Amino acid sequence: MSATTATVQRAGPAWAPRVFLRRLANGDAVAHLITLIFAAAVILITASLFYILWRDSALPRAAFGWNFLFTQTWDPVFEKFGALPFIYGTLMTSFLALLMAVPLGLGAAIFLAELAPARISDGLTFVIELLAAVPSVLYGLLGVFVVVPFVRTVVGPALENSFGVIPFFKGPGYGVSFLTAGLVLSIMIVPFIISVSREILMAVPVDQREAALSLGATRWESTWRVVVPYARSGIFGSIFLALARALGETMAVTMVIGNVPAISASILAPGYSIAAVIANEFTEATGDLYLQALVELGLVLFLLTFILNGMARLLILATTQKGTAHE
Amino acid sequence: MEISLKATASNQPPANSSREGVLAEPLAALLTRMKISRLNFFYSKKQALFDVNLEIAANRVTALIGPSGCGKSTLLRTMNRMYETLRNVRLEGEILLDNENLLALDVVQLRRRVGMVFQRPNPFPKSIFENVAFGLRINGYKGSLADSVEHSLKRAALWEEVKDQLHKSAYALSGGQQQRLCIARALAVDPEILLLDEPCSALDPVTTAKIEELMIELKKNYTIVIVTHNMQQAARVSDFTAFMLNGVCVEFNPTALLFTTPSDPRTESYITGRFG
Repeated sequence: MSATTATVQRAGPAWAPRVFLRRLANGDAVAHLITLIFAAAVILITASLFYILWRDSALPRAAFGWNFLFTQTWDPVFEKFGALPFIYGTLMTSFLALLMAVPLGLGAAIFLAELAPARISDGLTFVIELLAAVPSVLYGLLGVFVVVPFVRTVVGPALENSFGVIPFFKGPGYGVSFLTAGLVLSIMIVPFIISVSREILMAVPVDQREAALSLGATRWESTWRVVVPYARSGIFGSIFLALARALGETMAVTMVIGNVPAISASILAPGYSIAAVIANEFTEATGDLYLQALVELGLVLFLLTFILNGMARLLILATTQKGTAHE
Repeated sequence: MEISLKATASNQPPANSSREGVLAEPLAALLTRMKISRLNFFYSKKQALFDVNLEIAANRVTALIGPSGCGKSTLLRTMNRMYETLRNVRLEGEILLDNENLLALDVVQLRRRVGMVFQRPNPFPKSIFENVAFGLRINGYKGSLADSVEHSLKRAALWEEVKDQLHKSAYALSGGQQQRLCIARALAVDPEILLLDEPCSALDPVTTAKIEELMIELKKNYTIVIVTHNMQQAARVSDFTAFMLNGVCVEFNPTALLFTTPSDPRTESYITGRFG
């Protein structure tokens, strides 16, 4: 104790910076350790999620093997379980949602980032971010009270009358359908695509726009041929985040998809999705095989998300390899 | 391409001006490409240019020098109306491009005639070829893209260095190469005037020397206006120099005159390093 005091007294003016440096070094080590633990937690959560889904789906994996993925029967009474209708429903509704949401979201983002006056852009962005935060059950209500009747009375008949010969649009439509779920999902993910894409477009350096304009590009040419390609990988990112949300969306989908485990060519027919069937049937599942079949559906959804995200990464890598702005 | 002969050109002998024996070409003997008269420029309420008058001679290099914030870049950006991308700005006065009112021209057409190279190299995240071809593509160029790209890269003295890697990313080039690529990109649309906004400020001395050589070569075919922080650079490459201070064009003279016998005491203070 006294030795320390003596050292401090003797060191005089050199004391302060030395302690400061030591503190800084220690602080770095501690910060490194803490943040490492946090980062490791992410991997731990992912791994344990996969482990639990795998462990608790042992029975149906043993009983059905790969057939679980490729059969259509879902019969709790006779304990025959096949996941195909749910996989189809999940992919189909998400695909329809993206088909509608991507052009709309991208167009709106371009307007807000490039063309709209600042005041309109900021005001609209506030509303859009509010929309992104609305709980999904409210979108489900919107779906039940607005979208379902709309599809039953307007969209469905119109599609059937115009393109009814194509199996894709064959009726009769009850209102609840793949298309309805896709519509509701697209309404849910559009705000997400808009707000993320807008941020990304606005982060494109001014000098890129100026370069295009100085070569005699119109404002639209500068936007479409320079700014959007520059922001390409970020925009893809926003689309795949939206896709992930659409794949896993439970509440809103289950309220409007019809909850019929069947594969129909027509998008006007009712269907079912993985997330919806887990939510609907988990509490009333009797018997271990039934319960574990639902867990295995969860595993399928997990892997589906995993695979689609991986494909998204590859796509981004492949499209930005040449002349990329993000080395 | 119309070029107006300045009215006084026939009246005055095209002899070299002989103030204190310095050889300098008088402006009056040359064709005027662009004429700026009583130009005032405002960023919302703040005035950035005050009654600027300037003539840009054809096939010569005109340098704009002055301390930071003196308005030289603002002045340059009025010449292709790049200031229009900013909000709350206002311009008063007259700018003539080949005797046409520049402010009334279609801005897209104008920028095809008046090209620009920026302070920091700003290639697009595309291949070298596509960078140069960009202006041609958007302008619906009918001829051979490959020939035109090669021609432009040769003009920008970059062809030899990149001819075997035209399809590599422009981002793989060095800073100096990127800047020459930007010059090639601007030249590809065949402008009449080339505006350079401190094109060497982000480059090392060797690369700077290359770009300066290039400018002297380019003035055979183009009219060049360069904003520079570097007085030596202005002295080396330009034929005419405008010295700006606080938004006012203090002195505009042949470079040889301005740097040897400045007519304004403020110019003298600046070029002798008393401020700036």
